[in-house]
Amino acid sequence: MIKSARLNSVGVFVCHCGINIASTVDIEEVKRQLAGYPGVEFVKDYQYMCSEPGQLLFKEACRSETVGGVVVASCSPRLHETTFRRAAAEAGMNPYRVEIANIREQCSWVHHDEKEKATIKAVDIIKSVIERSKRNESLSSVSIKTVKKVLVVGAGISGMQAALNIANSGIETYLLDREPSIGGRMAQLSETFPTLDCSQCILTPRMVEVGQNKRITLMTYSEVEEVSGYVGNFKVKVRRKAAYVDWDKCTGCGLCSEKCPKKVPSEFDRSLGRRKAIYSQFPQAVPNKTVIDRESCLYFKTGKCRLCVEACPLGAIDFEQEDRIEEIEVGAIVVATGYDLYEKEKIEEYRIGYCEDVIDGLAFERLLSSSGPTQGRVLRPSDGTVPKEVVFIQCVGSRDPDHHLPYCSRICCMYTAKHAMLYKHRVPDGQPYVFYMDIRSGGKNYEEFVQRTIEEERVLYIRGRVARLYRDGKKVVVVGADTISGKKIEIRADMVVLAMAMRPSGGIGELSKKLKIQVDQNGFLSEAHPKLRPVETLTRGVFLAGCAQAPKDITDTVSQAGAAASMVLELLSNEELTHSPTTAWVDEELCAGCGQCVAQCAYGAIELDTRRKKAHVNDILCQGCGACVAACPSAAVNQRNFSISQYYSMIESIV
Amino acid sequence: MEVVSYMPGCTLKTSGRNFEKSAITLFDILGVTMEELDRWVCCGTTYSLSSDNIMNQLAPVRTLLRAKETGRRELLVLCSMCYNTLRRAQSLVLHDKEKRDKINEFMYREKTTFDGDEIRVVHLLNYLKDSVGFERVAKRVVKKPSDLKIALYYGCMLLRPHEVSVDESSEDPTIMEELFSLCGVTPVYFPFKTECCGSYQTVNQRDMVLSRAERIVGSAAKNGADMIVVSCPLCCHNLDSSQQRVADTVRGFRKIPVMYISQLLALLVGADDAGDYRLHSVDPRPVLKEKGLIG
Ligand SMILES: Cc1cc2nc3c(=O)[nH]c(=O)nc-3n(C[C@H](O)[C@H](O)[C@H](O)COP(=O)(O)OP(=O)(O)OC[C@H]3O[C@@H](n4cnc5c(N)ncnc54)[C@H](O)[C@@H]3O)c2cc1C
Ligand code: SF4
Repeated sequence: MIKSARLNSVGVFVCHCGINIASTVDIEEVKRQLAGYPGVEFVKDYQYMCSEPGQLLFKEACRSETVGGVVVASCSPRLHETTFRRAAAEAGMNPYRVEIANIREQCSWVHHDEKEKATIKAVDIIKSVIERSKRNESLSSVSIKTVKKVLVVGAGISGMQAALNIANSGIETYLLDREPSIGGRMAQLSETFPTLDCSQCILTPRMVEVGQNKRITLMTYSEVEEVSGYVGNFKVKVRRKAAYVDWDKCTGCGLCSEKCPKKVPSEFDRSLGRRKAIYSQFPQAVPNKTVIDRESCLYFKTGKCRLCVEACPLGAIDFEQEDRIEEIEVGAIVVATGYDLYEKEKIEEYRIGYCEDVIDGLAFERLLSSSGPTQGRVLRPSDGTVPKEVVFIQCVGSRDPDHHLPYCSRICCMYTAKHAMLYKHRVPDGQPYVFYMDIRSGGKNYEEFVQRTIEEERVLYIRGRVARLYRDGKKVVVVGADTISGKKIEIRADMVVLAMAMRPSGGIGELSKKLKIQVDQNGFLSEAHPKLRPVETLTRGVFLAGCAQAPKDITDTVSQAGAAASMVLELLSNEELTHSPTTAWVDEELCAGCGQCVAQCAYGAIELDTRRKKAHVNDILCQGCGACVAACPSAAVNQRNFSISQYYSMIESIV
Repeated sequence: MEVVSYMPGCTLKTSGRNFEKSAITLFDILGVTMEELDRWVCCGTTYSLSSDNIMNQLAPVRTLLRAKETGRRELLVLCSMCYNTLRRAQSLVLHDKEKRDKINEFMYREKTTFDGDEIRVVHLLNYLKDSVGFERVAKRVVKKPSDLKIALYYGCMLLRPHEVSVDESSEDPTIMEELFSLCGVTPVYFPFKTECCGSYQTVNQRDMVLSRAERIVGSAAKNGADMIVVSCPLCCHNLDSSQQRVADTVRGFRKIPVMYISQLLALLVGADDAGDYRLHSVDPRPVLKEKGLIG
């Protein structure tokens, strides 16, 4: 044990990292320079400190040497800080007395052609960390009890999958969606690439499974109103939107919709079909309940009608209903809010050609779907005739950083091939054309699927962009370029299908603010690390899945949802969660109660006690970012083991 | 009376006389005086894209200097070509310090320098929209030929590059539609409104220009237009004077008169005539009479 240790003395380990550090930084020179440095008890070096022998060396020193703290000069703390702290704890030393001096990423890797200067810099880095280490306190981590319940926001295939995985592991799950039914976009699709499984046939059993799962509480037609709390203990206010139908009574018989005189374009059918003002989204909806769309309902508009009230045998219609706020507590949240399509009105060069027969990919799915407005027959929306020449345009709005979105939407090459193929199956004497930039078909059996479309179905693939669409009588003229023959091409089409870019669902901005998670430059949710933490967000306890994170197909969506579920389960498998103690604290003597720190905290971790005029940090919420420390004009806020005086001594040691 | 500095350009003094004359009449009725710049020079006709030879920028820049000397901040331009050249020269001087200094050094005899931010080059359409107001124009309309159908043709120079576009959208502009609809005239569906007329190729590739005219005028005719309205003397020339040749070879081709924006507007607000009709290849008088725009 380290009973005899002098707390402000330190031991230093210098790691070679093979040649990563040692070929640039002169390790012997570093050791020589540090040997007599005030407070340094010993300096040791080793080939790979993170290796097992390295760890043993480290633990041995923690156990036997008479030092108060240890500095490991090696790679970034992001990589091995935890490794060494854990080792220290095993050897009986307080883990928060171990510090990393980064002499790899911040030194040897960036200065490999200036060895002498790199060595001087390495010494400086280590000295400054020694100074900090001498002033470290022993800290113990904070622990909190977890609520073993989960909220999944968005009930598309990703949300459903995550909810099922979590609930089947024995954890209560709330599955929330703003639409009346679960299912998401997949419910709108016809058949799915590359196997041409009927989308609803594979989706609806899952929907039923979700609906019948005892541990899943459905909260459809609901939105997240407010989120407070923190990992393990979130409090979420949910707005249950007024359906104007008592769902406890409604059996989804549909008599009300039959009688309702008001027809409006159906969102589910992408306006190709119509629905009533009182409606259920689609026949297999789960829960199978109806809602009244207040904007279109005649009774809400004129005070007259009430035909649905007469039609309902159960007296379920309730015009007096109001939104309700329900509060739930959960330990973790999965965000799976999916995608929308980029608006086609934004494509100015096509706009003059727009008419009913120029539709987006999801609308074409509805035309192909056997439960769609045409029962799966491909018919022109304008006049119901069979289109004989159909042009499919890929990359509309995607991959165009100057005018639209910079990224590739990733799935439209595949679904366009599927569209062309299915069209050919439905209209064998029709001619499909596909304009493309290049074909991106990475995925199991994907390339083969595209090749089949081109070779067996004789779909004409034209490499080039479409510059303009315009109407000519009943035709839509597609003006484009074939960059392989170098010719300008005009096709007089009966119908045009635009593979619009995928975008994050509307409202993701507000939702991400409520959840305090980040979005990227394109509005998709940001993962904590693009490779190693792909389903976590930077806010602990909030996970993501599906197209809310980036465009992807169903296969990837489901895999990601499973991954998010397993992260949730890992988190909630602990009765208690520990939290790093390097948090901020307020010196009440100095605090003037100005509240500037409160405004700076991105995590809502500082509160101002207005009565006492003192700021107070919630240890559990504090992420140790230091923003409040910098913001405080009275220097009243300090962060444990990152105190202002520690910083000063670090600076003094090197200048 | 409002006064606005104005640069006509060469064509408006020759084959495009009707454009200038009708604009002056129109502005008179709207209560604005167009004051022609003192010593303007040719705009250079096309904006020079060569990056090392900035001599080509001198002509437009000198005209902009003349505009600066008037002490006014705006320079009104009617011709699409002049508009495009002047706007882009102005923007080049404003954004490229090295070229700005070189140009000013070269023009050391001028009394003052041109730095790019002294003058806003404004096209007729934007002047009518932002300074006069389309509503105010519409209020002055005295003749309401409700069944007159027009095809509004923008061509390229008003719209490209996007930075100089007279409309927010250079792909699907609607500023002319907005103006004429307010004035009670119906624009027809006209997908070729931004299609290039062939421009200077009219000199060496006449056939190409003819085929473009056939396409553009043909589309206007097919969509029921009685007339095509333009803002560029070169578009006007290419679309108007080609029609007879097209009609000689293409069966069923219907000729349609081509007029400048200001010609039609002047008539709508009460002018007696739209200038010298001999300058038109396709005589607009039958249509104008039929719709009650001239006696
Ligand atoms: C035309 C087209 C064809 C396709 N064809 C195929 C194919 O053949 N094969 C294939 O593998 N993939 C295909 N896809 C891709 C497929 O649709 C997606 O991979 C899949 O739907 C993604 O599921 P998701 O759960 O992430 O998102 P979604 O299905 O979009 O579900 C998101 C859910 O979240 C809800 N929601 C959104 N925002 C909120 C909020 N703020 N609050 C509450 N709820 C919210 C929505 O209502 C929705 O129910 C196609 C896509 C398109 C556009
Ligand atoms: S997936 Fe294909 S069509 Fe879609 S944006 Fe990427 S390249 Fe274009």
